[in-house]
Amino acid sequence: MSKKITVGPAGYMPQSAPSMGVELAPEGKALLYGNIVEEEEAMRDAARALLTNENPTIFPGPQVLWDWKDDVKEKAAAIVELASEIPNCKIIPMPDYRPKYPKIDVKAEINPNHPNLTILDNNIKAAVFVGVHCHYANLSLRMIRAGTDCYTVALCAYMGHEEAMASIRDLHAEDLRKFKEIVIEERNKMGIEWTTTPPPANPSLPKEDYTALSPADYGEYRSLIMSQKGEHVAEVE
Amino acid sequence: MSQNETPKLEKKLVDINYLLKEAPREQHFITGAQAMAEAVKRASVDMAIAYPITPQSEVMHLVGDIYAQGHIKEYYRAEEELGTMSAIAGAARAGVRLFTATSGPGLLRGLEAIVSWPGHRVPAVLGVLTRVVNAPLSIQPDNVEMAYLLHSGIVVLHAENQQDTFDMTLAAFAIADRVDVYIPVAVATEGFFVTHAKGYVDMTPEDMALTEFDPIAAPVPAMDNETPPARIQRDAPVQKSNFMSYLIHSVWQQEIWDSNKRAMKYIYEYLGGPIEVINPDAEVFVCASGCAAAQAREAQRYSTEEGLNVGLIKVKAIKPFPEEELRDIVKNAKTIIVPEHNAIGWLAKEVKAAIPNSGIVVDGPKVYGGMTLPVELIMKEVYDALGIENDLKL
Repeated sequence: MSKKITVGPAGYMPQSAPSMGVELAPEGKALLYGNIVEEEEAMRDAARALLTNENPTIFPGPQVLWDWKDDVKEKAAAIVELASEIPNCKIIPMPDYRPKYPKIDVKAEINPNHPNLTILDNNIKAAVFVGVHCHYANLSLRMIRAGTDCYTVALCAYMGHEEAMASIRDLHAEDLRKFKEIVIEERNKMGIEWTTTPPPANPSLPKEDYTALSPADYGEYRSLIMSQKGEHVAEVE
Repeated sequence: MSQNETPKLEKKLVDINYLLKEAPREQHFITGAQAMAEAVKRASVDMAIAYPITPQSEVMHLVGDIYAQGHIKEYYRAEEELGTMSAIAGAARAGVRLFTATSGPGLLRGLEAIVSWPGHRVPAVLGVLTRVVNAPLSIQPDNVEMAYLLHSGIVVLHAENQQDTFDMTLAAFAIADRVDVYIPVAVATEGFFVTHAKGYVDMTPEDMALTEFDPIAAPVPAMDNETPPARIQRDAPVQKSNFMSYLIHSVWQQEIWDSNKRAMKYIYEYLGGPIEVINPDAEVFVCASGCAAAQAREAQRYSTEEGLNVGLIKVKAIKPFPEEELRDIVKNAKTIIVPEHNAIGWLAKEVKAAIPNSGIVVDGPKVYGGMTLPVELIMKEVYDALGIENDLKL
């Protein structure tokens, strides 16, 4: 198979996968290195990458982090089950899409506006995107392909992602469990010994202390600070 | 019923493929403006925002009637076009299906907001009922305004007649909604020539409509305060450029054009492809879009009657532009004549850019400022291309 999309770094100004002729896989199929393949083939390649590359990490997005739809709880549980079968796998969430540069805590989260910071700082060589809205997943996956040598897997509830090395579409909890079983099979084939172990707790962000904020902290935006109802602001610059 | 109460309509909601390809149709003799409004009636539109300008006014006037009949949930008149188009962007954040329409100078006044729609992932449908761009002031048909849309990232369809206007408008809603597209789709047609002239339109039943908009099946979160987390608004990176990397803006722009490109498969699925070809083995092609395609069709028919090997390429999708399709069909052609209703020849430029041998493209005949396009103007170019002497007095 000729690989249309490969592990990066693709370089300073990446070309998008669709502009290189990669098309989304039709229903029932998957994408592997930009080629349309059977879903199982893509899952097996992704499983091998997650088992053999350094610091495999799952990046769950808002669609699986908040219990906002009937199927989310089961899907989220299946993600933790998957992570538990990948040796030394971490879970680093993408809780929202607001840019946080330069304040991002790369041990605790990833952000679509500068995903490379988290990938590079943690030396992540295999990553799974799941539950990230498609627009942001496409941007992040392309930036990761541009600036890192990380193998990317997209597990998408909709149509998948051209930018990932392996892309699975129409993902439900049962597909995640099928992927988990494939990970176990490949792990056993490789002779990797591993006892099912949940990923380590996330070093979540420290609480911000808003009481210590002053208008000066808002810099050029200080003129936009609105007072609370009934609040009288006496101290201004 | 109180003044603000609209009747609740019972409609059968169907898939776009059924609606466009299988649903029963009944023929009506209506204007292009009516055809566009009738399509809106069948598209389960949540909100339409109007601002009048000739020759578009009839469309949003009729859409207002449709609102009063209960086919649309919200409708109002904005203060001017920039406000209209900005309001469409705002409404899109709530995750609803949207429609508006404009013409010529109105399009240009709203352009700052319109060109930001793709980046904001606004899946609205925009009717463009073309008109001269000032100055001098004129309200006559001329489609130069479409040139300004071609580099915006918006999907642009160009309707030849009233039937196209109906079908393309319906298809536009389905294309814009798709999770891998989710950018605006403009349906353009010539003001007056199509909007104010009647033609036969086979229409689907009034009590049958496109399935409702699903704000969840979207590549960006709707800013819906009832769906947690409400804080993941999607516009922050665009609005706070000093907090984002330059690369995010680059890949964001790429994503818009990728989305535009992904629309092509739906143009095939819903509209049978981006081009229509008659006589694919022709030596000379007349290649046209919109209303000019109707004249080009006549020129091709005249030519066939005269025993000349002339073909027609009607371009239905201007963006994404059917580059591969065009290259394939004209690979053995000697000449491509591109008649247009504008002074700059934007379609000829697109055709030239798409093929390796751009020297075979004849940039015209072009008419503008409201002038009509006599078939004889095209025939003269056909005769010249084939080296046939003629005495056409033009």
